[in-house]
Amino acid sequence: MLQLDRLTLAHGSFRLTADWSAAAGDRIAIMGPSGAGKSTLLSAIAGFLQPTDGQIRWQGQDLGPVPGGQRPLTILFQDQNLFPHLTVVQNLGLGLRPDLRLSRDERLQIDAALDRTGLAGLGPRRPAELSGGQASRAALARALLRARPILLLDEPFAALGPALRQDMLALLREVADDTGALVLMVTHDPADALALQGRTAFVADGQVAAPVDTVQLLADPPAAVRDYLGR
Amino acid sequence: MPAVVAVLGLIAVFGRTGIVNSLPLAVRMILHGWLAIPAERLRLAQSLGFGPSETFRHLERPMLREVLPGVLLVILLICLTSFAVVLTLGGGPSATTIELAIYQAVRFDFDLARAAGLAGVQVLISATVAVAAWGLVRPAGFGAGLDRTTPIAAPGGWRRVTDALALGLATLFLVVPLGAVALRGLPGLADLPPSVLPAAGRSILVALMSAFLATGAALTLALAAATRPLLLIEASATLPLATSGLVLGTGLFLIVQPFAPPMTVALPVTILVNTALSLPFLYRILSPETRAMQAGYGRLADSLGLQGWPRLRWLVLPRLARPLGFGAGIAAALSMGDLGAITLFAGERQATLPLVIQQLTGAYRTEAAAAASLILVTLSFALFWACDAGGRRAAA
Repeated sequence: MLQLDRLTLAHGSFRLTADWSAAAGDRIAIMGPSGAGKSTLLSAIAGFLQPTDGQIRWQGQDLGPVPGGQRPLTILFQDQNLFPHLTVVQNLGLGLRPDLRLSRDERLQIDAALDRTGLAGLGPRRPAELSGGQASRAALARALLRARPILLLDEPFAALGPALRQDMLALLREVADDTGALVLMVTHDPADALALQGRTAFVADGQVAAPVDTVQLLADPPAAVRDYLGR
Repeated sequence: MPAVVAVLGLIAVFGRTGIVNSLPLAVRMILHGWLAIPAERLRLAQSLGFGPSETFRHLERPMLREVLPGVLLVILLICLTSFAVVLTLGGGPSATTIELAIYQAVRFDFDLARAAGLAGVQVLISATVAVAAWGLVRPAGFGAGLDRTTPIAAPGGWRRVTDALALGLATLFLVVPLGAVALRGLPGLADLPPSVLPAAGRSILVALMSAFLATGAALTLALAAATRPLLLIEASATLPLATSGLVLGTGLFLIVQPFAPPMTVALPVTILVNTALSLPFLYRILSPETRAMQAGYGRLADSLGLQGWPRLRWLVLPRLARPLGFGAGIAAALSMGDLGAITLFAGERQATLPLVIQQLTGAYRTEAAAAASLILVTLSFALFWACDAGGRRAAA
């Protein structure tokens, strides 16, 4: 279980609070206006920002002293998810072993992940030779390989077209099913939140509200959400 | 290019004029600035229909703002602390720099107190210049790209003519002295004194060692500054700029002298001094690209737990290969041609190639000096080229 225990994050004059928890395997969309602090929350969970108050706990353990790379999570950023100077295989390999001394078994795992994400045969390419969709797939393939219990996504598909985005969200659901990961996905788009088939935590006025069922939230939105949706 | 050689070349060409030969260094440093602009920004500029003046305003000016102060500073300080030039020309009272005065105080008058005083003045002047230039540096903040290459459209019309003119003049400016060195050096190659060969070996050793040490130190500092900007880091990377080979040499001479004959430590001291002196240049060359690397890929690497050796191997070295190779080449060439600390410490058996050239010139053996210069310039260039090309190949 991931607990955000009276968490307060500060970034200059900006403050954000959250106080709720999510179970393993949950799928939660984090939605809200630009600048509300969606990415800030993900940064804190991923270890790029220390809380000013409160704790982030996973299975009861405070993540505060745990450095980013050792936290039980994978994060996908808006862009720059792949190192441009490395091949796709190397980029995926880094998710398994940072020193890239890959065993035969690990190489087979990478091939399987490429197959699974529709990238078979693209392993030797560099990211600049991939389309936007393929780059997203490669990032998801790495998340699949890492199989960490938490998967954070910071609008990773924002630059893709609607059809491609649906594909990616379907692939994301598969990856989440396979790894049993708790998914926290930042998005602007209610359609993405619905496609995630879980709950939504709305961020506004310096607060990340506890997640509620997405379908219900959109069917009967409170005032702040209504403003955001433009209804 | 070693200053001694350039001067010999220039004497041959212009009689006796002092001219800075920092042109290639400046050009390469600025070129790196251009290469560091991600292709995505250039594409965006093209798609917005930017002409030359808009490109300059929105892309090139911010880049130059970040790069130029460092370049100016480097060149200014090379001139300020330029010693080899004046020494070789035998500068009379009208052509004395503080550096030369320090050298004379130690070497001829053995007036160590005066040398230390002069060194203090030199530090003060250089430090003032360094602080002034540093105040002008602004990070450009272009963000990261995908390593795509976008060909920059070649200019047309009158701009081609001015480009050709500028390139032609620059080439002449560099090729003529070098050509003179080659022409005058070739006949002397046959009657070089035997001291040249071991001196060349020592020079290469000094150059390689100090290039390696300085590159490592500068990379360490640049990486530390990119993750956590600290005044202390910036200061320690900049401080050597306030000194010069002779200032550091004088200090070390004063320290070593009571305990051991300075000659015995001539080469280690030279390596150390050259490492310290090339550190600020290397730091300047590395730090913009290190910052960009950290901004673009630091979080991704952190999130994957890429630390220590794997981070160096898979992120830092490949992404910084180009500036690292270039920087190491610059450091090697600078140390190769250095005629600073070594003049205070070395005896016959520790002489490096520049010192031998100076001695040959002092003995009016101009033919042999020209020939040794030819060897020096060839070796310097070979070292620079090897490092630089190595870096570029690794980056490709």
